[in-house]
Amino acid sequence: MNRSQAKLTAGIDWPVLGMYLALVFIGFLAIFAAEYREGDQVIQNILSQNKNWARQVLWFGVSIVLASGIWLTDSKFFTATANLFYAFGILLLLVVLAIGTGVKGSNSWLELGGFRFQPAEFTKLCTALALAKYISAMETDFTKLRSRLIAVAMVIVPLGIIILQNETGLALVYLAFFLVMYREGLPGVLLVIAFSSIVLVLSALLVDKFILLYIFTGVAALAVYFNRFQIRRNKSRLAFIVGIWAFCASFVMHVVPFVFSNVLKDYHVRRIYVMLGKENDPKATYNTRQSMIAIGSGGFWGKGYLKGTQTRFDFVPEQSTDFIFCTIGEDFGFVGSMIFLGIYVSLLFRIIFIAERQRSTFSRVYAYSVASIIFFHLAINIMMTIGLAPVIGIPLPLVSYGGSSLMTFTMLIFIMLRLDADRQMVLR
Amino acid sequence: MSVFNQSRRRVIQFIMLGTVLVIVARLFFLQVVETKYSKLADANAHLRKVIYPSRGIVYDRHGRPVMRNEALYDLMVTPINVKNIDTAYMCEVLNIDMKEFNRRIQVARNREGPRRPSVFSSLLSPDMYGKLQESMYLFQPGFELVQRPVRSYPYGVGANFLGYISEVSPGMLNDTSGKYSAYQQGDYIGMTGLERTYEDILMGQRGIQYLVKDNLNRPQGALEGGIFDTAAIAGKNLRLALDIELQVLGENLMKGKIGSIVAIDPKTGGILTMVSGPSFDPNLLSGSNKARNLGILLTDTVKPMFNRPIQAYYPPGSTMKPITGLIALDEGVITPSFGFNCRGGYGLCGRFSRCLHSNPGHAANMRAALANSCNSYFMHLYRLSVDAPKWGGVKKGQAKFVEYLNAMGFGRQTGIDIPSESRGVVPDTARMNRVYNNVWNSCSEMYVGMGQGQLGLTPLQMANAMCIIANRGSYYIPHFVESVDNDNSKILDKYKKKQTVAHISTESFNSVILGMEDVVKQGTARGAQIEGIDVCGKTGTAENKARINGKVVQLKDHSLFVCFAPKDDPKIALCVVVENSGFSTTYAVPIAALLLEKYLTDSISVKRKPILQKMLDANTFSPEIKHKSKLDSLNSVSYAGAEGAVIMRKILGH
Repeated sequence: MNRSQAKLTAGIDWPVLGMYLALVFIGFLAIFAAEYREGDQVIQNILSQNKNWARQVLWFGVSIVLASGIWLTDSKFFTATANLFYAFGILLLLVVLAIGTGVKGSNSWLELGGFRFQPAEFTKLCTALALAKYISAMETDFTKLRSRLIAVAMVIVPLGIIILQNETGLALVYLAFFLVMYREGLPGVLLVIAFSSIVLVLSALLVDKFILLYIFTGVAALAVYFNRFQIRRNKSRLAFIVGIWAFCASFVMHVVPFVFSNVLKDYHVRRIYVMLGKENDPKATYNTRQSMIAIGSGGFWGKGYLKGTQTRFDFVPEQSTDFIFCTIGEDFGFVGSMIFLGIYVSLLFRIIFIAERQRSTFSRVYAYSVASIIFFHLAINIMMTIGLAPVIGIPLPLVSYGGSSLMTFTMLIFIMLRLDADRQMVLR
Repeated sequence: MSVFNQSRRRVIQFIMLGTVLVIVARLFFLQVVETKYSKLADANAHLRKVIYPSRGIVYDRHGRPVMRNEALYDLMVTPINVKNIDTAYMCEVLNIDMKEFNRRIQVARNREGPRRPSVFSSLLSPDMYGKLQESMYLFQPGFELVQRPVRSYPYGVGANFLGYISEVSPGMLNDTSGKYSAYQQGDYIGMTGLERTYEDILMGQRGIQYLVKDNLNRPQGALEGGIFDTAAIAGKNLRLALDIELQVLGENLMKGKIGSIVAIDPKTGGILTMVSGPSFDPNLLSGSNKARNLGILLTDTVKPMFNRPIQAYYPPGSTMKPITGLIALDEGVITPSFGFNCRGGYGLCGRFSRCLHSNPGHAANMRAALANSCNSYFMHLYRLSVDAPKWGGVKKGQAKFVEYLNAMGFGRQTGIDIPSESRGVVPDTARMNRVYNNVWNSCSEMYVGMGQGQLGLTPLQMANAMCIIANRGSYYIPHFVESVDNDNSKILDKYKKKQTVAHISTESFNSVILGMEDVVKQGTARGAQIEGIDVCGKTGTAENKARINGKVVQLKDHSLFVCFAPKDDPKIALCVVVENSGFSTTYAVPIAALLLEKYLTDSISVKRKPILQKMLDANTFSPEIKHKSKLDSLNSVSYAGAEGAVIMRKILGH
């Protein structure tokens, strides 16, 4: 008995498993707090499955079954079937696009015998596997532009379909794969460009575009002045400066206004304006405002479990899914939030540690994908609840209510644990 | 390759940690630095609900409720639940149109939100309530009827001193003195009369319940188990000296007449009745049509909202004469046997002022002069008083005379326990200097001695003076409230304290009282005789002028009568004023006689029944006032006050 047990759990990374269970448990507590009302019959709720927290218990059970299945599967299975997973995932996304069920404006749900399922969550897993497989393939040389373009395309395809499904938030998470590709050799300048673009977009929205134009021109003139000797020797430097100036200017003057009026939906624009504090309509700011009140009113020590008025009396919207962090912030305060974030950061760093100890590229790329996806979800979700990001509907991994999300993250983590347990086997 | 890029692990870790640190910094700001969010959360979730206690009930001297609470009904609406109802029928019952219906729904929506009930139509008339209650099932769940206590007046009398309550005005709410700090918008407060004076006692203590509410404004139970809640304590009841039967009779007698009745129990200072004629049914200012009725009453030509017994002042006319006599006696300028040879007028001041009598001996002494109401005699007494050598000058003498008047309660507020009391007018030296440009002597205002000139007394002051004479030199501050149930505060102590007037001797009082007794026995007030009871009184006829269209016009005299009875064991002191009604024997004396008899014998004798009917029917309004006044039609629509009619039937013997 003892021996077989020891054999069964051999190679499992206990810290990750512990933090996984801790986060799921905190999630359950938070969902319970968001829904529980004095006088509720807890046992009856579980039996009749009429509360989110009761259903979450069921989803956790299903997830444990899935996790056990993965744990018992040979790790070679995942490398072998990665492309199949990817093809299946893309197919699912296309099916949903065709016959999906609408929930709150998005069109990303598949209904199967009373259960709703969101393939966009699941395809993250498929993409992670496929990307790992492609980058780790013998014939792939990731220093080559062609390989990089193929890898980018593998990410862009599901991302594009999901945008078509009107799930901008989930699509955004696919940008996490660029972090993975950066680790694998994508030029760092891309990160700088991405960061600069965000700064440019924000300044284009916050500052009058002509003032920005004057600033750019002034900076470019100074750059030319200080580089005048080099420019005399090398004309391409001038072209470079003028090129950057032209890019920035046209970005601010044309690209941003065009995107805001023609590409983004009206509610996207409003949410961004809410985040920037430029929108004063109480209806538009309601969600962010109530969420910030909930978290802010928690204070240093919190109001105590089940004592939060903002969450208990439904002032916060979507409080067991997207705004689940409000319950933690309100009931457990700054101290509780710090502990909660501490667990998350530890999990991320532990996964990166695991990634770096892999011998196989496949496992490393995959583990980095897991860390990056969790990080993007965490950052966007929490920043949304505290008014640092526009309202983007994505769940907090392992914590938010929802079967698709919990099962996807369970599978992501347990496939990684399986790969890690078998790290001595050289896969490729 | 992987070895080559391993340093990028640090970059990725740096990005992750940096992002989390931004989040931590923001959380620190939100949760630790900024304190407004917990207040905002409380504002979101807390609901302060005021529990209104029932106001105190007011009883008369025999424990009959004069003012109590009655349950009326408000029609409440919860806008979101209003669907599929017969709005046309609802509009028909409430007597409104579709536009008004929609407007009220919108108002309710704006006030309390769509999910919480708010008033759709307040204080339904019994008629509307009846119709709605029968068909309420048609309008539920959007509409419901909610009980709301309002003031009711079973006898339909006493509007002038009971007062009314209204919602606190914005002015009161903005008051910075802290007087109204306990009130919130929508609270009721006593505006006039006893409701105002005893507001703190009648109001009781409001309870406050703190509830928590959800995002749709629905109450979700008590805040922290109710530890912050305070229970409501009902208002305390007042017990008045008032005799409600006397009040009903008085108000009926003053129908169609402008004037006042004040009756005081001299032994306690308690007000037995106070009528401001013509009066209105106080139920008009409580219930559904209050605002409309108040508007009519405030602008009516007979000014029913003007509380004449304490706000109007009149020249007292001959009713002043006992006072003048008392002052002269006390100053020692005469003795009771002092006589004046009046030959039908007074000529000592240059011009000849006529007296009604010319037969020799009609002013042979104080008693005769009072009984015959000799003008010359009392003008002379006034002059003797102010010119008395011991004062060494008329100004000092006049000041001394006014001091006596003040001691009698003239020229100052008596201190009665209802607001807005007038001080009246006395000829003090400041006023004399102003009127006569500093040059005057005892002849200038000699008419004061016979109750004319620079003298104005409220009926309350005149009745109080009767108490002083009846008690032979003492009185209690006139007051309505004799006791407050379950109250041990000292607010009523000042009314229990006996007030003595100067130092006038009992002999002086007795000699004046003898003259007043003769007035009733054989003088002008023979109509006030009651079998077996010695009534002492004095009639008065006050000249009055008014400026009409810029011309000073002599109007018909005011008819006055003051009296007390019985002579040796006074139980009631009375003042009756009927404006512009001519000689006092026509109205003031018979009305006073009916009230005296009712109070002292508890019935009206058969032989006085015809005069009772005559007084009830009499109307002294001038034609244009009568034509324009809407008061009678207003009083006739009032549905409450039926007990008053029962009392009148009993008095009339029907």
